[in-house]
Amino acid sequence: MTKQEALFSYTLRLGDNALILGHRLSEWSSKGPLLEEDIAMTNMALDLIGRADAMLKYAAQVEGKGRTEDDLAYKRGERQFLCNLIVQLPNGDFGYTIARQLIMSAFDICLYEELVKSKDETIAAISAKAVKEVKYHLKFATDWTLRLGDGTEESHQRIQKSFNDIWMYTGELFEMNEVDAILIKEGIAVDLNSLKARWKKIMTEVLLEATLTVPADTYMQTGSRKGVHTESLGYILAEMQYLQRAYPDAKW
Amino acid sequence: MLNEQQIYDILSEIPDPEIPVITIKDLGILQRVEIKDDTCEVYITPTYSGCPAMKLIEDQIQEALKGKNVGKVSVKLVYSPTWTTDWITDEAKEKLRKYGIAPPLHSTVDKGVLIGKAKVLKCPQCGSQNTEMISQFGSTACKALYKCLDCKEPFDYFKCI
Repeated sequence: MTKQEALFSYTLRLGDNALILGHRLSEWSSKGPLLEEDIAMTNMALDLIGRADAMLKYAAQVEGKGRTEDDLAYKRGERQFLCNLIVQLPNGDFGYTIARQLIMSAFDICLYEELVKSKDETIAAISAKAVKEVKYHLKFATDWTLRLGDGTEESHQRIQKSFNDIWMYTGELFEMNEVDAILIKEGIAVDLNSLKARWKKIMTEVLLEATLTVPADTYMQTGSRKGVHTESLGYILAEMQYLQRAYPDAKW
Repeated sequence: MLNEQQIYDILSEIPDPEIPVITIKDLGILQRVEIKDDTCEVYITPTYSGCPAMKLIEDQIQEALKGKNVGKVSVKLVYSPTWTTDWITDEAKEKLRKYGIAPPLHSTVDKGVLIGKAKVLKCPQCGSQNTEMISQFGSTACKALYKCLDCKEPFDYFKCI
């Protein structure tokens, strides 16, 4: 694998995570439990899709085959996507979405604060922007985890179950392959192992304050780095890519 | 052919699509103009990654330079240096306040606002500091929603990033 191929794969990974999580959050539009939360989730979706746009634009440029960010988002098949499994999971109830958002915002803050120092200028610039936005996402997810965890018996029980159910998808966030090895050497990527302790610390602090239990690290599901995804990704793509598949290159 | 400064001055007049009382220059979106051969490159930076107004701003720039002696216009979106509310001029902040949007505090004092506890934000209608956050996310990506506990009016806060 060349450095260019590794960089293409890495930027796809970052872009796809933002795109699919953003798409999931956008599904809350007009369905949020309160108007403010509805707006909050679509605002976060907008930040994420904006980040995906920037990352995929860069990925297309790195690839150098004349594809655009839209080609990458709308015309790749499921196996070519590199997003983590956790961002593909269906929204579930509001608590489930919040649990996933806390996990991902905590991960993103750890990741992007390091990527700001990347030797790749474009990744560093997009990361600097992401850090500012993710702080608000993390604050939002933290507030709601506290409210639901330390809320009623039912809200406590439901969000605890959400964290328990989703936990087996967290291990994969830190998985690395050849792409990481090449780019860490170049000072472009971060060693994901080095983020683990800080991520765990954020999660533990929030969960304990919310009177919740941190789930045990038992079996961890993996696959996305190889393009082997959850059943859900196909459904997301079927909806998200429908228009470009049915009417190729349609513009409006 | 117009020079870089003349083009910059023309573009400085373009109002922000969401908050028309201030311009894209006031907001710090308009970065710089560079002429390279027969192409006029206009550099803009988004306030938020997903700001939906960027495409419109790009169109407004093309529109403003249409028919002017500037050659080919290419609008470029840049992420570095990262946009910050600290770039908004004091004059523009006053315009925001008059428009009913509480202007962003300087990033060094906004920490308390981010936590949502510190009462440092003034109501743009009555000036009271007895205000409370309703939601960190408001009508656009760049705003949070507040209410004044004295005059009871809700208002937007241009949040600091």
